[in-house]
Amino acid sequence: MKEAAELDREAPAIEVRALHKSFGTLEVLAGIDFTVARGEVVCVIGPSGSGKSTLLRCVNLLEEPTSGTVLVAGAEVTDPDVDIDQVRRGIGMVFQSFNLFPHLTALQNLTLPQRRVLKRDKAEATRIARDRLARVGLTDKESSYPAQLSGGQQQRVAIARALAMDPQLMLFDEPTSALDPELVGDVLAVMRSLADEGMTMLVVTHEMSFAKEVADRVVFMDGGVIVEEGAPEQVIGAPGHARTQSFLSRLLDPAAARISPSDD
Amino acid sequence: MSMTRRQRTRLVRSAQYAVLGVVLVVIAQAADWGEIRRAFFDVEVAKAQFPDIITTALVNTVIYTLLGFGFGLALGLLLALMRLSQVPPYRWLAIVYIEFFRGIPALLVFIALGFGVPLAFQVALNQYVTVMLALGLVGAAYMAETIRAGIQAVPKGQTEAARSLGMSQGRAMVSIVIPQALRIVLPPLTNELILLTKDSSLVYLLGLSLSQYELAKFGRDALNQNRSLTPILIAGLCYLVITLPLGHLVRRLEARTARAR
Ligand SMILES: Nc1ncnc2c1ncn2[C@@H]1O[C@H](COP(=O)(O)OP(=O)(O)OP(=O)(O)O)[C@@H](O)[C@H]1O
Ligand SMILES: [Mg+2]
Repeated sequence: MKEAAELDREAPAIEVRALHKSFGTLEVLAGIDFTVARGEVVCVIGPSGSGKSTLLRCVNLLEEPTSGTVLVAGAEVTDPDVDIDQVRRGIGMVFQSFNLFPHLTALQNLTLPQRRVLKRDKAEATRIARDRLARVGLTDKESSYPAQLSGGQQQRVAIARALAMDPQLMLFDEPTSALDPELVGDVLAVMRSLADEGMTMLVVTHEMSFAKEVADRVVFMDGGVIVEEGAPEQVIGAPGHARTQSFLSRLLDPAAARISPSDD
Repeated sequence: MSMTRRQRTRLVRSAQYAVLGVVLVVIAQAADWGEIRRAFFDVEVAKAQFPDIITTALVNTVIYTLLGFGFGLALGLLLALMRLSQVPPYRWLAIVYIEFFRGIPALLVFIALGFGVPLAFQVALNQYVTVMLALGLVGAAYMAETIRAGIQAVPKGQTEAARSLGMSQGRAMVSIVIPQALRIVLPPLTNELILLTKDSSLVYLLGLSLSQYELAKFGRDALNQNRSLTPILIAGLCYLVITLPLGHLVRRLEARTARAR
């Protein structure tokens, strides 16, 4: 088994080469190559069904790639001999639907994985959990169950839960898409502060203002390939491809956005 | 000859009450109330059943049921996991087990364990072990299917979140999925407990010593001694003392689950 100790300190946070993924006959990823450097914040945008979630899920092997390689901090996660549980510990993931554990309190959501996976003792796990909850502004909610929290609070607990594992890398899959508009800001503020602290982040989002302000780089995907990537002001501000332009105009024009399937 | 709808409804309903009244009058006339009272409500016989029917029979019924339920729950959980296994032979084994034990009468299992095993293997199983096995083996088959449905009802995102935090498949199952699945299946499992309470009456087949009598056997013995149905009626009421609160609990749990959705 290859251990995390082997992780290369110099290697990029994520390196994806010739990644293909098919579900049956449906080719969802048709050859993806891209790299995320350490400390970089990369936003992935694109229409619904373009394969953004699938790409993200291939990085921590929630989806098994059909072919191609994925390296996380230099370790090839697609190698069948690698200890995938070990790799995933270093990769925090935040889901559109939060996926908090409903039978546990906010605090227990943070302590259980630490204790079971990292074998931290109860006192240390609790101390770290309280620290992370404070970081997302939810100190007073530690004994609430997920059902007692608003969507925005649940998503912040989910972020804190990932942070409690001390990840080197965070994946976000449309973290604000399931939220009421007035709750989006709190979650984005937490993500912004994470980015400011130098966390490596790969974020699938439809929040163009967030992408513009926070991302170092924006990747536009369509039909299972990367159509265009570059600095946000370039990709969002002055897109070079017709597909990017039409996607952005549909997203930014409220009348068109309402009927667009891509901002669900 | 026209009737309004309301008139017709009224007529039909009055006719139904009239029939019921006639039936009741006929029964009251025909029945020998003295005989019925002697058979079912003999106060002397009733008094004689206490306190043993509670301290021995009711207690034993509860003990037998809980032994069978505990063993059946553990085995049922194992079977449910086998049923969901990625390894086909485990699935087949679980399916064969479940279909077999759901398809045969529990009575047969009691006979096999109570008489078959001692005869064939020359070993006498402890009475409590026999009861635990017999009730549990059958209960497990039903509970396995219930638990499997519960496990499958836990959203896939729960396992994905657990795996993304670095938990193994087994750890995610034990710490995240099973606790939620058991909550989901609490109402149907409580129903299973009610069924087992009644099935525990089959214990009367095994030759029991007096201190091991449960409600059905106790009632039957008292019936033979007193030539009165009163002990049977009391035993029946004792079952209801157990099963009615459990049934009430099921409805409360179901209402809670409905609210949580
Ligand atoms: N497990 C699966 N089985 C079969 N098809 C799948 C599966 N997961 C995704 N797909 C299909 O793959 C395609 C890409 O899905 P994906 O979720 O990656 O798109 P997306 O870009 O994230 O879209 P959205 O913006 O709607 O979230 C879709 O057509 C989807 O139906
Ligand atoms: Mg998606």
